Amino acid sequence: MAQNADNVLDHFDLFRGPEYQEMLANKKAKFEGGHDPAEVERVREWLKTEEYQKLNFAREALTVNPAKACQPLGAVFVAVGFAGAIPFVHGSQGCVAYYRSHFSRHFKEPTSCVSSSMTEDAAVFGGLNNMIDGLANTYNMYKPKMIVVSTTCMAEVIGDDLNAFIKTAKEKGSVPADFDVPFSHTPAFVGSHITGYDNAMKGMLEHFWDGKAGTVEKITPVKNGSINFLGGFDGYTVGNLREIKRIFNEMGIKYTIVGDNSDVWDTPTDGEFRMYDGGTTIEEVTNAVHASATISMQEYCTEKTLPMVADHGHEVAAFNHPISVKATDKFLMTVAKLAGVEIPASLEKERGRLVDAIADSAAHIHGKKFAIYGDPDLCYGLAEFLLELGAEPTTVLSTNGNKRWEEKMKALLASSPFGKDCEVYSQKDLWHLRSLLFTRPVDFLIGNTYGKYLERDTNTPLIRIGFPIFDRHHKHRYPVWGYQGGLNVLVTILDKIFDTMDANTIIAGKTDYSFDIIR
Amino acid sequence: MSVANEDTVDVKARNKDLIKEVLAVYPEKTAKRRAKHLNVHEQGKSDCGVKSNIKSIPGVMTIRGCAYAGSKGVVWGPIKDMVHISHGPVGCGQYSWSSRRNYFIGVTGVDSYGTMQFTSDFQEKDIVFGGDKKLSKLMDEIQELFPLNKGITVQSECPIGLIGDDIEAVSKAKSKEYGGKTIVPVRCEGFRGVSQSLGHHIANDAVRDYIFDKQDPAKLAAFESTPYDVAIIGDYNIGGDAWASRILLEEMGLRVIAQWSGDGTLAELEATPKAKLNVLHCYRSMNYISRHMEEKFGIPWCEYNFFGPSKIVESLRKIASFFDDNIKENAEKVIAKYQPLMDAVVAKYRPRLEGKKVMLYVGGLRPRHVIGAYEDLGMEVVGTGYEFAHNDDYQRTAQHYVKDGTLIYDDVNGYEFEKFVEKVQPDLVGSGIKEKYVFQKMGVPFRQMHSWDYSGPYHGYDGFAIFARDMDMAINSPVWKMTKAPWKAEAAATAVAAE
Repeated sequence: MAQNADNVLDHFDLFRGPEYQEMLANKKAKFEGGHDPAEVERVREWLKTEEYQKLNFAREALTVNPAKACQPLGAVFVAVGFAGAIPFVHGSQGCVAYYRSHFSRHFKEPTSCVSSSMTEDAAVFGGLNNMIDGLANTYNMYKPKMIVVSTTCMAEVIGDDLNAFIKTAKEKGSVPADFDVPFSHTPAFVGSHITGYDNAMKGMLEHFWDGKAGTVEKITPVKNGSINFLGGFDGYTVGNLREIKRIFNEMGIKYTIVGDNSDVWDTPTDGEFRMYDGGTTIEEVTNAVHASATISMQEYCTEKTLPMVADHGHEVAAFNHPISVKATDKFLMTVAKLAGVEIPASLEKERGRLVDAIADSAAHIHGKKFAIYGDPDLCYGLAEFLLELGAEPTTVLSTNGNKRWEEKMKALLASSPFGKDCEVYSQKDLWHLRSLLFTRPVDFLIGNTYGKYLERDTNTPLIRIGFPIFDRHHKHRYPVWGYQGGLNVLVTILDKIFDTMDANTIIAGKTDYSFDIIR
Repeated sequence: MSVANEDTVDVKARNKDLIKEVLAVYPEKTAKRRAKHLNVHEQGKSDCGVKSNIKSIPGVMTIRGCAYAGSKGVVWGPIKDMVHISHGPVGCGQYSWSSRRNYFIGVTGVDSYGTMQFTSDFQEKDIVFGGDKKLSKLMDEIQELFPLNKGITVQSECPIGLIGDDIEAVSKAKSKEYGGKTIVPVRCEGFRGVSQSLGHHIANDAVRDYIFDKQDPAKLAAFESTPYDVAIIGDYNIGGDAWASRILLEEMGLRVIAQWSGDGTLAELEATPKAKLNVLHCYRSMNYISRHMEEKFGIPWCEYNFFGPSKIVESLRKIASFFDDNIKENAEKVIAKYQPLMDAVVAKYRPRLEGKKVMLYVGGLRPRHVIGAYEDLGMEVVGTGYEFAHNDDYQRTAQHYVKDGTLIYDDVNGYEFEKFVEKVQPDLVGSGIKEKYVFQKMGVPFRQMHSWDYSGPYHGYDGFAIFARDMDMAINSPVWKMTKAPWKAEAAATAVAAE
C-alpha cells in the first residue's frame, strides 16, 4: 500500500507504484485486446514520415485537433464587455454550459450567460416561446441593463428570426418596449469565434447607432474628435485593455473602448460576487457613433464591423495584433494622427526600454526556428515580432485564417530575410502541424494550451501564447500589446529558451559544462 | 457543530423561507414551475419531494448541459481505442476536448484517442446539402490515418437531426465495407431531452444495438472465464478513480474484466456479457445497460459507493455477498488492511473539518454518493441537488443519504444557488467550474466535484486520503482570512447582482 496519511499521494505519484503498475499491465495484457507493441511502434514511427504527411494533408473531410472554436463563443465575449449586459444565447442549452466553462477555465473567473433552452418541441415549432419566456425570466432575475442575444447552430438551422422574435417578446411584455436587446445571428457552421466577435460587435453597433431595430430614429453622427477602440477576440483582454487605456490616457486622447470586458473577467475576491463589473455603458456605446475614428486591433475579427463603422463617416484603421516595436510604432503613430496629438516622451522612453531589452537578449533568440499557430491576427503579430528579434518563423498555421490572411502573412515573411523559409497554412489543424513538426523541425512552438500535446509528441518546447490557456494561471492579466506588452512577450519567449537550455545541460559530469550561471 | 434536534426546526423554517424568498423574483408562471424543484427534506419520506428530469426554464441560467455532453463527454468519450467523431460544427468537440480528465494509458494518436478532438467541422454547405457524404469520406480518412483504431462512433450534434442526415445508413455501409468494423451512430443531438441524462440513455442504447446485438458470439472475449469475473460499470476514471476502485476488487479476489468506460476499450465492452456481476457506480448514466445485461444475459448488478471508508466497507461487503465465502473473507481482509490508513486519515483531518457544513450541486451520483465521505470527516451536508437526476435518484438520496431539513434543489440555476449559499453560509461548496469562481469571490471555499478540481482519484481507500486532504486545503486555506481589507468592517458575503 503506497498511500499514506502523512504524505498523501495523488494521481501524480500514486499510480507509479508497483501495485498499480502491475494492475495496469495485467489489464492491458488480458483484457484490452490491444495491438502488438511492435505494431504500435511501427505506426508511431510511420506517423512521423513524409509519406504520412502527404496522406495527412490530403484530408478533405476530417478535422483533427483544430485551433478554433465556434461563433457564439465570440458573441459571448463581446456581450460581457458592456456594462450590466448579460449574453442570452438562443438555442440548445448545452452550448451555453460549454461557453461558460471554456471562459472560466481560461480566465479563472465566472462567466454569466443564459440560454433559451430549446428542446425537441422548439425544433419542430420554432423557439419563439423560448425567447418570450427566456427574456422575461432573465430580465426579472438578473436585472440586466441590456440583454445581448446571439444564436446557436440549432436556432440557425431551423431559421429562427431574432428580429421578429425579440419584437414579439417585447409586445408580449417580456421586457419593456424601450429595453435594449441588441442581437446578432452567429451560426456555428460559418467561420469561427472571431467571426462571432465580428457579427456580435456589428449587431451591437447597429442596434445603438442605427435605430434599435426600427424603433427609434437612426443617429446622425456629429464628429466629436473621439476615437473608438475595438480589441477583437483576445485571451489577454484583461491585461491588454488596461494597457491600452493607460497608453491612451498617457497620450491625452478622448476614446471609448467598445466592449471592455477587462473588469468583468478580473473581479476581486472580497466577499462579493459581481455578476456585472465595468464594461462599456449604453451611453458610451451610443455616443461612440460620433467618434472621428475607429481602430480595430485585429483586422480579421472586424471584417464586417469596420466597413459598417466606416459607413458612419469614421476614419478606420485595422491592425494585426501588434506586438513588435515596428507594429506598436505604427499603431501609436496612427492613433496620434487620428487624434491630432503628439506621442508623449513617456511612451518614447518605454519604446526605448523595449529596444534595450531586445538588444540585451537577441543573441539567445537570433536564428532560432519557430512554429506559430493561433488566431490569424495573433499569428501575424507574433511572426512580425520574431522577425524583429532575428528569429526565424518556419511554420505559421491558423485554422481560422482565410486566403486573404494567408496572402498578407506571406507578404510579411517575404519582407524579411528571416522569414524567407517560412511556410504559411490556413484552414489547417494541429494534426497537420504535428506532421510538419516532424518533417520540418523547429526549436520552439508558440501556441495555446493544446500545443502541449505537440510538445509531448514531437519534443518541441511550447511557449504558451494564445487562447485558451488552461494549464497556466494568470497570463491573461499581463498585456501583450504596447511596448510593455512586447516586453512581456519577449520575456515569455526568453524564459522558455533559458529553461530549455538548462534542461539540456543539467546532467552532472556529462553536459553540465554548459550549465552556466550567467547567460 | 452538528445540528441538534431543537435547531432542526429552525433550520427547516429558515430553509422554507429561503425557498419562498427565492421564488419571489420570478414571473408568476416561472415561480410555479420552479417551486416544484425546491424543497426541504422531511425525514422518513421516500423521496426528496422535488420534481426532476423536466425541461429547464429558458433564460434562468441553468447549469445543465446537453445530450451530446452525456454521450460523447461522459459515456463514449473515455473508450480509448475508438475514434469518437463530434459530428457537426466545430464548437461542441472543442469545448469538451480533454476537459473531463478520464485518465487512460495509451499512445495518443497511435493506438489511443481519448484526448483528441475529431470533428466533421460542418460548414454552411454541409447544412444545406447534408453531411452524409462528408461523414462517409471522413471515415475513410480515419481508417487511413489512424489504422490502429478499433472502432468509430458518430456523436451527433444538433444540426444532424434537424437536417435529416442518415448517419445510420452511412455507418452501416462503412462497417460492411471495412469488413464488419464496429461503427456506432449515436443520436445524441444536443436538443434531445432536457439535460445530459438522455444522452447517457441514448449512448447506453447504442452500446446495446451496435456492440451487443452485432456481436459474433464466436469472437466473444479471448480469455477463459472464472467465477469471479466482474465489470466496473459507470466509473469514468476521473483522475484515476476506476483504478483506485479496481485495485480493491482485485485485492478481494475478484477479476475485473471490463471498465465502463474510464480507461475502457472496445474489447472490454464486448467481453462484459461474460461477467458474473456488474458493479455499478454511477447509476444515473449506466443503469440502462446494466438492466439490459441482466435481462439479456442474466448478469446481476449491484450498486456500490466507493467514497469514504464507511460506504466503502458497506460496498465491499455488499459486492462480496454475491460470491463465495472465500471472497467474503477476502473482503474482510481488505477492510482490515486499509483500516489503519483510514484511521490515520480521519485522525489527521477530522479535527480540522469537524462540524463544517457543505452544500453540493453536481451531476448524477455525487450529490448523494459523497455525503458519506464528508460524514466520515465529521462534516455535514446541509444542501444538495442534481443537475440531471430522475426520481429514482431522489429516492435513493432520501432513503439512504440526506438528513432531515436538508435543502434540496433540482436543476438549480445561478440565481437560486447564489441566494441559497449566501443565506445558508456553508463552509464549503462542491460544484462545477461555472460555479467555482462565483462562490470563491463570495469568500466561500470551493471544490470542483466533477473534475476533482484537477486532483484525484477520490474513489477507494487511496482516493479518500486525497479527498480528505483536498477538503482540508480548500476550507483551511489562509486565503479565506484575507478576503476583507482590514480597514473594512467584516460583512457577510453578498451577491450584489442577485439583489
